[in-house]
Amino acid sequence: MSDRSLAGARRRPSRHLPLQVLLGFLVVYFLVPFWWVIVNSSKDAPGLFGGGNTLWFAGHIDYLGNLRQLFTYDNGIYGRWILNSTLYAIAGGVGATVLSVMAGYGFAKYRFAARRFSFALVLGALMVPATALVIPTFMMFSQLGLTNTIWAVILPSLLNPFGVYLMHVYARDAVPDEILDAARADGAGEIRTFVQVAFPLMRPAVVTVLLLSAVASWNNYFLPLAMLSDNRLFPVTVGLGMWQGIASANNAGSTSLWSLIILGALVSVIPLVIAFFTLQRHWRGGLSVGGLR
Amino acid sequence: MSSTQEKTHKIRGKVRLREHLMGWLFVGPFGIVFLALLIAPLGYALYLSLFQKKLIGGTSFVFLDNYVKAFTDPSFLSGSWFVIRFSLVSIPLQIIVALAMALILDAVTSLFTRFARLMIFLPYAIPTVIGAVMWGFLYSKSFGPLADVFDWFGATPPDFLSTNLIFYGLVNVVTWQWAGYYMIILYAALQGIDPALYEAARMDGAGKWQIALRIKIPLITPALVLILVFSLIGTLQFFNEPQILRSLAAGTIGPDFTPNMYAYQQAFALANFNYGSAISFALGGIVFVGVYAFLFFTRKRRSFL
Repeated sequence: MSDRSLAGARRRPSRHLPLQVLLGFLVVYFLVPFWWVIVNSSKDAPGLFGGGNTLWFAGHIDYLGNLRQLFTYDNGIYGRWILNSTLYAIAGGVGATVLSVMAGYGFAKYRFAARRFSFALVLGALMVPATALVIPTFMMFSQLGLTNTIWAVILPSLLNPFGVYLMHVYARDAVPDEILDAARADGAGEIRTFVQVAFPLMRPAVVTVLLLSAVASWNNYFLPLAMLSDNRLFPVTVGLGMWQGIASANNAGSTSLWSLIILGALVSVIPLVIAFFTLQRHWRGGLSVGGLR
Repeated sequence: MSSTQEKTHKIRGKVRLREHLMGWLFVGPFGIVFLALLIAPLGYALYLSLFQKKLIGGTSFVFLDNYVKAFTDPSFLSGSWFVIRFSLVSIPLQIIVALAMALILDAVTSLFTRFARLMIFLPYAIPTVIGAVMWGFLYSKSFGPLADVFDWFGATPPDFLSTNLIFYGLVNVVTWQWAGYYMIILYAALQGIDPALYEAARMDGAGKWQIALRIKIPLITPALVLILVFSLIGTLQFFNEPQILRSLAAGTIGPDFTPNMYAYQQAFALANFNYGSAISFALGGIVFVGVYAFLFFTRKRRSFL
Protein backbone atom coordinates (compact mmCIF):
# COMPACT_ATOMS: atom_id res chain seq x y z
CA MET A 1 0.00 0.00 0.00
CA SER A 2 2.65 2.46 1.05
CA ASP A 3 4.69 1.43 -1.98
CA ARG A 4 1.81 2.15 -4.32
CA SER A 5 1.08 5.57 -2.89
CA LEU A 6 4.76 6.42 -3.17
CA ALA A 7 4.78 5.45 -6.82
CA GLY A 8 1.62 7.47 -7.35
CA ALA A 9 3.22 10.52 -5.82
CA ARG A 10 5.98 10.41 -8.40
CA ARG A 11 5.50 12.36 -11.62
CA ARG A 12 3.44 10.42 -14.09
CA PRO A 13 4.25 11.00 -17.74
CA SER A 14 1.20 12.40 -19.50
CA ARG A 15 0.66 13.05 -23.21
CA HIS A 16 -2.22 15.42 -23.61
CA LEU A 17 -2.47 15.74 -27.40
CA PRO A 18 -4.40 19.05 -27.78
CA LEU A 19 -1.95 20.75 -25.45
CA GLN A 20 0.97 19.40 -27.46
CA VAL A 21 -0.60 20.80 -30.64
CA LEU A 22 -1.03 24.19 -28.96
CA LEU A 23 2.60 24.00 -27.89
CA GLY A 24 3.53 23.22 -31.49
CA PHE A 25 1.97 26.50 -32.67
CA LEU A 26 3.87 28.40 -29.99
CA VAL A 27 7.15 26.75 -31.01
CA VAL A 28 6.54 27.85 -34.61
CA TYR A 29 5.98 31.43 -33.42
CA PHE A 30 9.18 31.42 -31.38
CA LEU A 31 11.21 29.94 -34.22
CA VAL A 32 9.94 32.01 -37.17
CA PRO A 33 12.53 34.82 -36.82
CA PHE A 34 15.35 32.26 -36.64
CA TRP A 35 14.02 30.42 -39.65
CA TRP A 36 13.76 33.68 -41.58
CA VAL A 37 17.34 34.62 -40.72
CA ILE A 38 18.72 31.16 -41.56
CA VAL A 39 16.94 31.11 -44.92
CA ASN A 40 17.68 34.67 -45.91
CA SER A 41 21.34 34.68 -44.95
CA SER A 42 21.78 32.14 -47.76
CA LYS A 43 20.61 34.65 -50.34
CA ASP A 44 22.53 37.23 -52.32
CA ALA A 45 21.13 40.73 -52.79
CA PRO A 46 19.00 39.89 -55.87
CA GLY A 47 17.60 36.85 -54.08
CA LEU A 48 16.80 38.97 -51.04
CA PHE A 49 15.03 41.74 -52.90
CA GLY A 50 13.88 39.75 -55.92
CA GLY A 51 10.44 39.17 -54.44
CA GLY A 52 10.72 35.40 -54.09
CA ASN A 53 9.32 33.49 -51.14
CA THR A 54 10.73 35.21 -48.09
CA LEU A 55 10.35 32.09 -45.95
CA TRP A 56 12.12 29.73 -48.34
CA PHE A 57 15.53 29.47 -49.98
CA ALA A 58 16.19 31.22 -53.27
CA GLY A 59 17.56 29.32 -56.26
CA HIS A 60 21.10 30.26 -55.40
CA ILE A 61 22.35 29.28 -51.94
CA ASP A 62 25.50 31.19 -51.09
CA TYR A 63 26.38 30.90 -47.40
CA LEU A 64 30.10 30.70 -48.12
CA GLY A 65 30.17 33.71 -50.40
CA ASN A 66 28.17 35.72 -47.87
CA LEU A 67 30.41 34.62 -45.02
CA ARG A 68 33.51 35.66 -46.96
CA GLN A 69 31.87 39.03 -47.63
CA LEU A 70 30.85 39.43 -43.99
CA PHE A 71 34.34 38.81 -42.67
CA THR A 72 36.15 40.93 -45.29
CA TYR A 73 33.80 43.93 -45.47
CA ASP A 74 35.43 47.14 -44.22
CA ASN A 75 38.76 45.40 -43.46
CA GLY A 76 37.12 42.59 -41.53
CA ILE A 77 35.55 44.87 -38.91
CA TYR A 78 32.88 42.25 -38.16
CA GLY A 79 35.43 39.70 -36.93
CA ARG A 80 36.86 42.38 -34.70
CA TRP A 81 33.40 43.09 -33.22
CA ILE A 82 32.94 39.41 -32.44
CA LEU A 83 36.33 39.30 -30.70
CA ASN A 84 35.45 42.46 -28.75
CA SER A 85 32.15 40.94 -27.63
CA THR A 86 33.99 37.80 -26.58
CA LEU A 87 36.49 39.80 -24.54
CA TYR A 88 33.76 41.90 -22.88
CA ALA A 89 31.66 38.83 -22.12
CA ILE A 90 34.55 36.83 -20.64
CA ALA A 91 36.09 39.68 -18.64
CA GLY A 92 32.73 41.03 -17.45
CA GLY A 93 31.27 37.57 -16.85
CA VAL A 94 34.21 36.10 -14.92
CA GLY A 95 34.80 39.29 -12.96
CA ALA A 96 31.17 39.73 -11.98
CA THR A 97 30.93 36.05 -11.02
CA VAL A 98 34.02 36.09 -8.79
CA LEU A 99 32.73 39.19 -6.97
CA SER A 100 29.18 37.81 -6.65
CA VAL A 101 30.26 34.39 -5.39
CA MET A 102 32.54 35.86 -2.75
CA ALA A 103 30.01 38.46 -1.62
CA GLY A 104 27.09 36.00 -1.62
CA TYR A 105 29.10 33.55 0.46
CA GLY A 106 30.23 36.30 2.81
CA PHE A 107 26.67 37.53 3.37
CA ALA A 108 25.39 33.99 3.92
CA LYS A 109 28.06 32.59 6.19
CA TYR A 110 29.53 35.40 8.32
CA ARG A 111 27.82 37.60 10.87
CA PHE A 112 29.76 40.82 10.45
CA ALA A 113 29.14 44.44 11.31
CA ALA A 114 26.65 46.28 9.08
CA ARG A 115 25.79 43.01 7.33
CA ARG A 116 22.04 43.49 7.32
CA PHE A 117 22.32 47.07 6.19
CA SER A 118 24.76 46.20 3.39
CA PHE A 119 22.57 43.37 2.17
CA ALA A 120 19.53 45.66 2.18
CA LEU A 121 21.54 48.05 -0.01
CA VAL A 122 22.28 45.22 -2.47
CA LEU A 123 18.59 44.29 -2.60
CA GLY A 124 17.71 47.94 -3.18
CA ALA A 125 20.24 48.03 -6.02
CA LEU A 126 18.22 45.33 -7.81
CA MET A 127 15.64 48.04 -8.36
CA VAL A 128 18.03 50.60 -9.82
CA PRO A 129 17.53 50.61 -13.58
CA ALA A 130 20.90 49.74 -15.12
CA THR A 131 20.37 52.24 -17.89
CA ALA A 132 19.82 55.06 -15.39
CA LEU A 133 23.47 54.55 -14.47
CA VAL A 134 24.80 54.87 -18.01
CA ILE A 135 24.79 58.66 -18.30
CA PRO A 136 26.40 59.45 -14.90
CA THR A 137 28.90 56.60 -15.34
CA PHE A 138 29.78 58.05 -18.73
CA MET A 139 30.31 61.48 -17.15
CA MET A 140 32.51 60.00 -14.40
CA PHE A 141 34.53 57.94 -16.83
CA SER A 142 35.00 60.84 -19.22
CA GLN A 143 36.59 62.87 -16.40
CA LEU A 144 38.88 59.93 -15.65
CA GLY A 145 39.75 59.59 -19.34
CA LEU A 146 38.26 56.10 -19.47
CA THR A 147 35.59 56.62 -22.12
CA ASN A 148 36.26 55.07 -25.50
CA THR A 149 38.44 52.36 -23.91
CA ILE A 150 37.63 48.72 -23.23
CA TRP A 151 37.50 49.51 -19.49
CA ALA A 152 34.45 51.69 -20.06
CA VAL A 153 32.56 48.53 -21.05
CA ILE A 154 34.23 45.97 -18.77
CA LEU A 155 34.21 47.82 -15.43
CA PRO A 156 30.44 48.55 -15.27
CA SER A 157 29.77 44.90 -16.21
CA LEU A 158 31.41 43.79 -12.94
CA LEU A 159 28.44 45.04 -10.95
CA ASN A 160 25.83 42.28 -10.61
CA PRO A 161 23.60 42.67 -7.52
CA PHE A 162 21.28 39.91 -8.75
CA GLY A 163 24.26 37.55 -8.85
CA VAL A 164 25.04 38.40 -5.21
CA TYR A 165 21.43 37.80 -4.24
CA LEU A 166 21.34 34.43 -6.07
CA MET A 167 24.63 33.30 -4.52
CA HIS A 168 23.51 34.40 -1.07
CA VAL A 169 20.32 32.34 -1.27
CA TYR A 170 22.15 29.38 -2.71
CA ALA A 171 25.08 29.42 -0.28
CA ARG A 172 22.70 29.75 2.67
CA ASP A 173 20.89 26.55 1.73
CA ALA A 174 23.45 24.44 -0.09
CA VAL A 175 26.45 24.94 2.21
CA PRO A 176 25.66 23.61 5.72
CA ASP A 177 27.44 25.34 8.59
CA GLU A 178 28.34 21.94 10.05
CA ILE A 179 30.52 21.09 7.07
CA LEU A 180 32.31 24.43 7.33
CA ASP A 181 32.84 23.93 11.06
CA ALA A 182 34.18 20.44 10.44
CA ALA A 183 36.66 21.81 7.89
CA ARG A 184 37.74 24.49 10.37
CA ALA A 185 38.10 21.92 13.13
CA ASP A 186 40.36 19.96 10.78
CA GLY A 187 42.58 23.02 10.66
CA ALA A 188 41.62 24.49 7.31
CA GLY A 189 41.78 28.29 7.15
CA GLU A 190 38.80 30.38 6.07
CA ILE A 191 40.05 30.82 2.50
CA ARG A 192 40.82 27.13 2.10
CA THR A 193 37.44 26.21 3.56
CA PHE A 194 35.81 28.48 1.00
CA VAL A 195 37.79 27.23 -1.99
CA GLN A 196 37.88 23.51 -1.23
CA VAL A 197 34.68 22.89 0.72
CA ALA A 198 32.09 25.59 0.00
CA PHE A 199 32.85 26.35 -3.64
CA PRO A 200 32.21 22.83 -4.99
CA LEU A 201 28.83 22.82 -3.23
CA MET A 202 27.88 26.12 -4.87
CA ARG A 203 28.88 25.09 -8.38
CA PRO A 204 25.37 24.97 -9.99
CA ALA A 205 24.66 28.53 -8.87
CA VAL A 206 28.15 29.63 -9.92
CA VAL A 207 27.54 28.34 -13.45
CA THR A 208 24.19 30.14 -13.53
CA VAL A 209 25.65 33.44 -12.40
CA LEU A 210 28.59 33.08 -14.80
CA LEU A 211 26.31 32.35 -17.73
CA LEU A 212 23.83 35.12 -16.90
CA SER A 213 26.53 37.76 -16.42
CA ALA A 214 28.48 36.72 -19.52
CA VAL A 215 25.29 36.85 -21.58
CA ALA A 216 24.35 40.21 -20.07
CA SER A 217 27.75 41.57 -21.15
CA TRP A 218 27.47 40.04 -24.61
CA ASN A 219 23.98 41.52 -25.01
CA ASN A 220 24.85 44.94 -23.66
CA TYR A 221 23.92 47.71 -26.05
CA PHE A 222 23.12 50.98 -24.30
CA LEU A 223 26.34 51.15 -22.29
CA PRO A 224 28.85 50.53 -25.14
CA LEU A 225 26.73 52.70 -27.43
CA ALA A 226 27.19 55.59 -25.02
CA MET A 227 30.79 54.86 -24.01
CA LEU A 228 32.48 54.06 -27.31
CA SER A 229 33.02 56.23 -30.34
CA ASP A 230 35.78 54.19 -32.05
CA ASN A 231 33.97 51.54 -34.07
CA ARG A 232 36.94 49.17 -33.74
CA LEU A 233 36.06 48.84 -30.03
CA PHE A 234 32.38 48.13 -30.65
CA PRO A 235 30.80 44.88 -29.52
CA VAL A 236 28.80 43.12 -32.20
CA THR A 237 25.46 44.48 -30.91
CA VAL A 238 26.49 48.11 -31.39
CA GLY A 239 28.21 47.31 -34.69
CA LEU A 240 25.17 45.63 -36.18
CA GLY A 241 22.95 48.40 -34.88
CA MET A 242 25.18 50.89 -36.66
CA TRP A 243 25.07 48.92 -39.93
CA GLN A 244 21.32 48.71 -39.67
CA GLY A 245 21.09 52.47 -39.25
CA ILE A 246 23.30 53.02 -42.31
CA ALA A 247 21.41 50.48 -44.40
CA SER A 248 17.99 51.98 -43.63
CA ALA A 249 19.25 55.52 -44.15
CA ASN A 250 20.16 54.93 -47.79
CA ASN A 251 17.87 52.16 -48.83
CA ALA A 252 18.78 51.96 -52.49
CA GLY A 253 22.56 51.92 -52.27
CA SER A 254 22.91 49.42 -49.45
CA THR A 255 21.31 46.20 -50.63
CA SER A 256 24.57 44.31 -50.06
CA LEU A 257 24.80 45.67 -46.51
CA TRP A 258 21.39 44.17 -45.71
CA SER A 259 22.58 40.66 -46.52
CA LEU A 260 25.66 41.26 -44.33
CA ILE A 261 23.41 42.34 -41.44
CA ILE A 262 21.23 39.26 -41.76
CA LEU A 263 24.15 36.84 -41.78
CA GLY A 264 25.91 38.94 -39.13
CA ALA A 265 22.89 38.58 -36.84
CA LEU A 266 22.91 34.80 -37.36
CA VAL A 267 26.64 34.43 -36.70
CA SER A 268 26.48 36.64 -33.60
CA VAL A 269 23.87 34.48 -31.86
CA ILE A 270 25.59 31.13 -32.47
CA PRO A 271 28.04 31.39 -29.51
CA LEU A 272 25.22 32.25 -27.08
CA VAL A 273 22.97 29.48 -28.30
CA ILE A 274 25.81 26.97 -27.91
CA ALA A 275 26.62 28.28 -24.42
CA PHE A 276 23.02 28.00 -23.26
CA PHE A 277 22.44 24.55 -24.63
CA THR A 278 25.66 22.97 -23.43
CA LEU A 279 25.24 24.40 -19.93
CA GLN A 280 21.46 24.15 -19.63
CA ARG A 281 21.47 21.31 -17.08
CA HIS A 282 23.46 23.49 -14.71
CA TRP A 283 21.85 26.89 -15.03
CA ARG A 284 18.27 25.70 -14.76
CA GLY A 285 18.97 24.22 -11.35
CA GLY A 286 20.55 27.46 -10.21
CA LEU A 287 17.72 29.60 -11.55
CA SER A 288 14.97 27.86 -9.59
CA VAL A 289 16.58 28.96 -6.34
CA GLY A 290 16.13 32.65 -7.03
CA GLY A 291 12.52 32.15 -7.96
CA LEU A 292 11.48 30.07 -5.02
CA ARG A 293 12.16 32.46 -2.19
CA MET B 1 36.43 29.42 37.61
CA SER B 2 36.25 33.07 36.75
CA SER B 3 39.57 32.91 34.93
CA THR B 4 38.29 30.19 32.56
CA GLN B 5 35.18 32.26 31.95
CA GLU B 6 37.36 35.20 31.12
CA LYS B 7 39.36 33.01 28.79
CA THR B 8 36.33 31.78 26.85
CA HIS B 9 35.13 35.34 26.73
CA LYS B 10 38.40 36.43 25.23
CA ILE B 11 38.38 33.58 22.72
CA ARG B 12 34.83 34.42 21.78
CA GLY B 13 35.83 38.01 21.28
CA LYS B 14 38.63 36.89 19.02
CA VAL B 15 36.26 34.65 17.05
CA ARG B 16 33.85 37.57 16.71
CA LEU B 17 36.56 39.85 15.42
CA ARG B 18 37.71 37.22 12.95
CA GLU B 19 34.12 36.73 11.83
CA HIS B 20 33.79 40.47 11.13
CA LEU B 21 37.11 40.58 9.30
CA MET B 22 36.42 37.51 7.17
CA GLY B 23 32.92 38.72 6.34
CA TRP B 24 34.25 42.02 5.08
CA LEU B 25 37.07 40.28 3.26
CA PHE B 26 34.56 38.31 1.22
CA VAL B 27 32.07 41.13 0.70
CA GLY B 28 34.67 43.87 0.35
CA PRO B 29 35.68 43.49 -3.32
CA PHE B 30 32.06 43.61 -4.42
CA GLY B 31 31.52 46.47 -1.99
CA ILE B 32 34.23 48.53 -3.69
CA VAL B 33 32.69 47.94 -7.12
CA PHE B 34 29.27 48.70 -5.65
CA LEU B 35 30.45 52.03 -4.26
CA ALA B 36 32.42 53.00 -7.37
CA LEU B 37 29.93 51.98 -10.03
CA LEU B 38 26.55 52.31 -8.36
CA ILE B 39 26.60 54.68 -5.41
CA ALA B 40 29.09 57.13 -6.93
CA PRO B 41 27.32 57.45 -10.34
CA LEU B 42 23.95 57.81 -8.60
CA GLY B 43 25.33 60.52 -6.36
CA TYR B 44 27.01 62.19 -9.30
CA ALA B 45 23.80 62.09 -11.35
CA LEU B 46 21.90 63.64 -8.49
CA TYR B 47 24.56 66.36 -8.22
CA LEU B 48 24.60 67.04 -11.97
CA SER B 49 20.84 67.18 -12.13
CA LEU B 50 20.82 70.17 -9.80
CA PHE B 51 22.76 72.36 -12.24
CA GLN B 52 22.03 74.02 -15.53
CA LYS B 53 24.44 75.06 -18.26
CA LYS B 54 23.52 78.30 -19.93
CA LEU B 55 25.07 79.98 -22.93
CA ILE B 56 25.60 83.10 -20.90
CA GLY B 57 26.83 82.79 -17.34
CA GLY B 58 28.05 79.18 -17.57
CA THR B 59 26.92 76.44 -15.22
CA SER B 60 24.84 77.46 -12.26
CA PHE B 61 23.07 75.76 -9.39
CA VAL B 62 19.34 75.65 -10.06
CA PHE B 63 18.23 73.14 -7.39
CA LEU B 64 15.10 71.32 -8.60
CA ASP B 65 14.49 73.37 -11.74
CA ASN B 66 15.49 70.48 -14.02
CA TYR B 67 12.92 68.25 -12.33
CA VAL B 68 10.22 70.88 -12.64
CA LYS B 69 11.20 71.17 -16.28
CA ALA B 70 11.10 67.38 -16.78
CA PHE B 71 7.67 66.92 -15.23
CA THR B 72 6.25 69.69 -17.40
CA ASP B 73 8.17 68.60 -20.52
CA PRO B 74 5.73 67.05 -23.04
CA SER B 75 8.53 64.83 -24.40
CA PHE B 76 9.31 63.32 -21.01
CA LEU B 77 5.65 63.04 -20.04
CA SER B 78 4.55 61.39 -23.27
CA GLY B 79 7.51 58.97 -23.10
CA SER B 80 6.68 58.10 -19.49
CA TRP B 81 3.03 57.65 -20.34
CA PHE B 82 4.05 55.35 -23.20
CA VAL B 83 6.20 53.06 -21.03
CA ILE B 84 3.49 52.94 -18.36
CA ARG B 85 0.82 51.97 -20.91
CA PHE B 86 3.26 49.54 -22.46
CA SER B 87 3.91 47.89 -19.07
CA LEU B 88 0.20 47.53 -18.40
CA VAL B 89 -0.33 45.65 -21.67
CA SER B 90 2.89 43.78 -22.29
CA ILE B 91 3.73 42.54 -18.79
CA PRO B 92 0.42 40.74 -18.10
CA LEU B 93 0.55 39.31 -21.62
CA GLN B 94 4.10 37.99 -21.17
CA ILE B 95 3.35 36.54 -17.75
CA ILE B 96 0.15 34.85 -18.93
CA VAL B 97 1.89 33.31 -21.94
CA ALA B 98 4.86 32.24 -19.79
CA LEU B 99 2.64 30.80 -17.07
CA ALA B 100 0.47 28.90 -19.55
CA MET B 101 3.53 27.42 -21.23
CA ALA B 102 5.15 26.51 -17.92
CA LEU B 103 1.98 24.76 -16.72
CA ILE B 104 1.67 22.82 -19.98
CA LEU B 105 5.33 21.81 -19.89
CA ASP B 106 4.99 20.78 -16.25
CA ALA B 107 1.89 18.67 -16.91
CA VAL B 108 2.70 17.11 -20.27
CA THR B 109 5.92 15.19 -20.78
CA SER B 110 7.07 13.85 -24.10
CA LEU B 111 10.08 14.12 -26.34
CA PHE B 112 8.36 17.00 -28.11
CA THR B 113 7.68 18.99 -24.94
CA ARG B 114 11.34 18.71 -23.99
CA PHE B 115 12.28 20.06 -27.42
CA ALA B 116 9.61 22.77 -27.16
CA ARG B 117 10.94 23.92 -23.80
CA LEU B 118 14.34 24.65 -25.29
CA MET B 119 12.96 26.28 -28.44
CA ILE B 120 10.65 28.59 -26.50
CA PHE B 121 13.60 29.67 -24.39
CA LEU B 122 15.81 30.28 -27.44
CA PRO B 123 14.88 33.97 -28.00
CA TYR B 124 16.28 34.85 -24.57
CA ALA B 125 19.71 33.73 -25.79
CA ILE B 126 19.45 36.42 -28.47
CA PRO B 127 20.64 39.95 -27.66
CA THR B 128 17.62 42.28 -27.55
CA VAL B 129 19.28 44.32 -30.27
CA ILE B 130 19.54 41.33 -32.60
CA GLY B 131 15.98 40.33 -31.72
CA ALA B 132 14.79 43.80 -32.73
CA VAL B 133 16.83 43.60 -35.94
CA MET B 134 15.23 40.22 -36.74
CA TRP B 135 11.70 41.48 -36.18
CA GLY B 136 12.56 44.59 -38.15
CA PHE B 137 13.22 42.26 -41.10
CA LEU B 138 9.98 40.37 -40.55
CA TYR B 139 7.96 43.59 -40.39
CA SER B 140 9.72 45.04 -43.42
CA LYS B 141 7.62 45.75 -46.46
CA SER B 142 10.47 45.10 -48.91
CA PHE B 143 11.61 41.66 -47.73
CA GLY B 144 9.45 40.60 -44.81
CA PRO B 145 7.24 37.51 -44.91
CA LEU B 146 4.25 39.15 -43.22
CA ALA B 147 3.26 40.65 -46.55
CA ASP B 148 3.41 37.18 -48.18
CA VAL B 149 1.35 35.52 -45.46
CA PHE B 150 -1.40 38.11 -45.71
CA ASP B 151 -1.32 37.93 -49.52
CA TRP B 152 -2.16 34.21 -49.36
CA PHE B 153 -5.39 35.12 -47.62
CA GLY B 154 -5.97 38.12 -49.85
CA ALA B 155 -5.74 40.53 -46.96
CA THR B 156 -3.81 43.78 -46.62
CA PRO B 157 -0.79 43.16 -44.41
CA PRO B 158 -0.64 45.27 -41.25
CA ASP B 159 2.30 47.65 -41.04
CA PHE B 160 3.65 47.10 -37.54
CA LEU B 161 6.02 50.00 -38.00
CA SER B 162 3.21 52.52 -38.52
CA THR B 163 2.10 54.95 -35.85
CA ASN B 164 -1.10 53.01 -35.22
CA LEU B 165 0.49 49.61 -34.80
CA ILE B 166 4.01 50.26 -33.47
CA PHE B 167 2.72 49.70 -29.93
CA TYR B 168 1.65 46.16 -30.84
CA GLY B 169 4.72 45.65 -32.99
CA LEU B 170 6.85 46.30 -29.91
CA VAL B 171 4.60 44.24 -27.62
CA ASN B 172 5.19 41.34 -29.98
CA VAL B 173 8.99 41.75 -30.01
CA VAL B 174 9.18 41.99 -26.23
CA THR B 175 6.86 39.02 -25.67
CA TRP B 176 8.85 36.92 -28.13
CA GLN B 177 12.09 37.85 -26.40
CA TRP B 178 11.15 37.42 -22.74
CA ALA B 179 8.22 35.00 -22.40
CA GLY B 180 10.57 32.00 -22.73
CA TYR B 181 12.88 33.25 -19.99
CA TYR B 182 9.99 33.82 -17.61
CA MET B 183 8.63 30.43 -18.59
CA ILE B 184 11.93 28.77 -17.56
CA ILE B 185 11.89 30.49 -14.14
CA LEU B 186 8.26 29.45 -13.54
CA TYR B 187 8.91 25.96 -14.86
CA ALA B 188 11.88 25.53 -12.51
CA ALA B 189 9.68 26.67 -9.61
CA LEU B 190 6.92 24.22 -10.63
CA GLN B 191 9.41 21.38 -10.77
CA GLY B 192 10.41 22.21 -7.21
CA ILE B 193 6.92 21.47 -5.86
CA ASP B 194 6.59 18.21 -3.94
CA PRO B 195 4.44 15.87 -6.11
CA ALA B 196 2.94 14.37 -2.95
CA LEU B 197 0.80 17.52 -2.75
CA TYR B 198 -0.88 16.66 -6.08
CA GLU B 199 -1.57 13.15 -4.88
CA ALA B 200 -3.20 14.48 -1.73
CA ALA B 201 -5.30 16.90 -3.80
CA ARG B 202 -6.35 14.11 -6.15
CA MET B 203 -7.50 12.03 -3.21
CA ASP B 204 -9.62 14.97 -2.15
CA GLY B 205 -11.18 14.90 -5.60
CA ALA B 206 -9.36 17.79 -7.26
CA GLY B 207 -9.10 17.75 -11.04
CA LYS B 208 -6.18 18.87 -13.16
CA TRP B 209 -7.49 22.42 -13.46
CA GLN B 210 -8.07 22.72 -9.77
CA ILE B 211 -4.59 21.43 -9.04
CA ALA B 212 -3.13 23.98 -11.43
CA LEU B 213 -5.17 26.91 -10.08
CA ARG B 214 -5.30 26.09 -6.39
CA ILE B 215 -1.95 24.41 -5.77
CA LYS B 216 0.56 25.10 -8.51
CA ILE B 217 -0.06 28.82 -9.07
CA PRO B 218 -0.23 29.79 -5.38
CA LEU B 219 2.95 27.85 -4.64
CA ILE B 220 4.94 29.62 -7.33
CA THR B 221 3.73 33.10 -6.33
CA PRO B 222 7.25 34.13 -5.18
CA ALA B 223 8.61 33.31 -8.65
CA LEU B 224 5.72 35.22 -10.26
CA VAL B 225 6.43 38.25 -8.11
CA LEU B 226 10.12 38.05 -9.00
CA ILE B 227 9.54 38.04 -12.74
CA LEU B 228 6.88 40.75 -12.47
CA VAL B 229 9.30 43.02 -10.66
CA PHE B 230 12.05 42.33 -13.19
CA SER B 231 9.78 42.90 -16.17
CA LEU B 232 8.49 46.12 -14.62
CA ILE B 233 12.02 47.44 -14.11
CA GLY B 234 13.01 46.38 -17.61
CA THR B 235 9.96 47.79 -19.37
CA LEU B 236 10.05 51.19 -17.71
CA GLN B 237 13.61 51.68 -18.95
CA PHE B 238 12.73 50.54 -22.45
CA PHE B 239 15.50 51.52 -24.87
CA ASN B 240 17.09 48.90 -27.14
CA GLU B 241 14.15 47.76 -29.25
CA PRO B 242 12.66 51.17 -30.11
CA GLN B 243 16.14 52.58 -30.66
CA ILE B 244 16.88 49.83 -33.21
CA LEU B 245 13.49 49.97 -34.92
CA ARG B 246 13.79 53.74 -35.11
CA SER B 247 15.95 53.60 -38.21
CA LEU B 248 13.24 51.56 -39.93
CA ALA B 249 10.37 53.67 -38.65
CA ALA B 250 11.86 57.10 -38.25
CA GLY B 251 8.54 58.89 -38.67
CA THR B 252 6.88 56.68 -36.07
CA ILE B 253 9.50 56.50 -33.35
CA GLY B 254 10.88 59.88 -32.39
CA PRO B 255 14.02 60.49 -30.32
CA ASP B 256 11.79 61.06 -27.28
CA PHE B 257 9.76 57.87 -27.73
CA THR B 258 10.70 56.54 -24.27
CA PRO B 259 12.20 58.48 -21.32
CA ASN B 260 15.45 56.57 -21.67
CA MET B 261 15.76 57.44 -25.35
CA TYR B 262 15.01 61.04 -24.45
CA ALA B 263 17.73 61.07 -21.77
CA TYR B 264 20.16 59.56 -24.28
CA GLN B 265 19.29 62.19 -26.85
CA GLN B 266 19.64 65.04 -24.35
CA ALA B 267 23.00 63.79 -23.10
CA PHE B 268 24.69 62.51 -26.23
CA ALA B 269 23.10 64.34 -29.15
CA LEU B 270 22.58 67.70 -27.45
CA ALA B 271 25.40 67.49 -24.85
CA ASN B 272 22.89 68.51 -22.21
CA PHE B 273 24.18 66.25 -19.44
CA ASN B 274 22.50 68.09 -16.59
CA TYR B 275 19.04 67.67 -18.02
CA GLY B 276 19.86 64.13 -19.21
CA SER B 277 20.87 63.21 -15.65
CA ALA B 278 17.70 64.76 -14.26
CA ILE B 279 15.62 62.67 -16.67
CA SER B 280 17.52 59.49 -15.72
CA PHE B 281 16.96 60.25 -12.08
CA ALA B 282 13.29 61.09 -12.54
CA LEU B 283 12.88 57.83 -14.46
CA GLY B 284 14.63 55.96 -11.66
CA GLY B 285 12.12 57.57 -9.29
CA ILE B 286 9.21 56.37 -11.43
CA VAL B 287 10.66 52.84 -11.48
CA PHE B 288 11.11 52.88 -7.73
CA VAL B 289 7.57 54.09 -7.08
CA GLY B 290 6.17 51.58 -9.58
CA VAL B 291 8.02 48.60 -8.09
CA TYR B 292 7.26 49.65 -4.54
CA ALA B 293 3.56 50.12 -5.30
CA PHE B 294 3.49 46.73 -7.00
CA LEU B 295 5.18 44.98 -4.08
CA PHE B 296 2.79 46.69 -1.69
CA PHE B 297 -0.29 45.51 -3.59
CA THR B 298 0.97 41.97 -4.07
CA ARG B 299 1.80 41.67 -0.40
CA LYS B 300 -1.89 42.15 0.33
CA ARG B 301 -2.87 39.84 -2.48
CA ARG B 302 -0.49 37.11 -1.36
CA SER B 303 -2.15 36.75 2.01
CA PHE B 304 -5.32 35.75 0.14
CA LEU B 305 -3.69 32.88 -1.67
